[in-house]
Amino acid sequence: MSGAVPPRVGVVTFPGSLDDRDALRAVEQMGGEAVPLWHADRDLRAVDAVILPGGFSYGDYLRCGAIARFAPVMEPVVAFAERGGPVLGICNGFQILCEAGLLPGAMIRNRSLRFVCRDVWLRVETAQSCLTGDLTPGETIEIPIKHGEGQWIATAEQLGDVEAQGLVVFRYASRTGIVDDVSNPNGATNNVAGIRNPAGNVVGLMPHPEHAVDPDVGPTGGQPLFASLLHVAMAGVTG
Amino acid sequence: MTTFTFEVLVTLKDGLSDPQGKAVESALPSLGWTNVRHVRVGKHIELEVEAHDEASALEQVRGMAVRLLSNPVIEDYQVLEVAPK
Repeated sequence: MSGAVPPRVGVVTFPGSLDDRDALRAVEQMGGEAVPLWHADRDLRAVDAVILPGGFSYGDYLRCGAIARFAPVMEPVVAFAERGGPVLGICNGFQILCEAGLLPGAMIRNRSLRFVCRDVWLRVETAQSCLTGDLTPGETIEIPIKHGEGQWIATAEQLGDVEAQGLVVFRYASRTGIVDDVSNPNGATNNVAGIRNPAGNVVGLMPHPEHAVDPDVGPTGGQPLFASLLHVAMAGVTG
Repeated sequence: MTTFTFEVLVTLKDGLSDPQGKAVESALPSLGWTNVRHVRVGKHIELEVEAHDEASALEQVRGMAVRLLSNPVIEDYQVLEVAPK
């Protein structure tokens, strides 16, 4: 990133979060300032973007994300999102955003009943989100998934709205961008891997871009996503 | 104040795929039960509430069911009051 002041990106650690360290590291690697946030805090430490990381917050008791949604930190996170601040939920963070009502739908057990851990291809469906501003619709990226409950579903009414308003940000696809059942690792409705709110400042996805920024450890499909997020966060800093 | 005991049953909405129910359903024939259909797996939550009266206790449990115990997007709930022992 150019500019003297890098954008500050907060990563919330809940009890049971697993990927907070990787998210912090990915932010630093991509040129942002990583700011650790704590679930019990009511202050976002003046960050320009917030990431809810993957893991098993509060043991995923009751339902994934159901308890984390009521953590003290979620009050300022919801207020930040409503002011237009960029908020990204990854995996468990996506589940939390759905439970909090910031994104439509919910996640249930994978169709296979198995935990799935592998690299997948995603087709970018829109550039109108805080995570895909630097990408082109139709382009494909490779990043890993690792979840047992990642089958996104929604009520018929929600699904209609999501598709009509173009809220799908990523779909599971082949390397060449073909969206079919073979490419769907968890049975998600319409191959949905990630969605946004109508304003595009809140995005949730099951795959893990924070595990895909370092070429030494795997695919690098997460790089353009973090770059997009930092650009949006930077606009908040300078704007 | 009186203590009231409730059971809350939470199940996936009809029409939603229930992978756990399907897994149980496909295991039963191996034990000889080939006559089982439509297995649904849900949650059973017991709780005791202190309240002035039964109506107030029930109203509160319904609130809990909507806000936390179930996710109305994917689940239905049923609140049953348990008779005092």
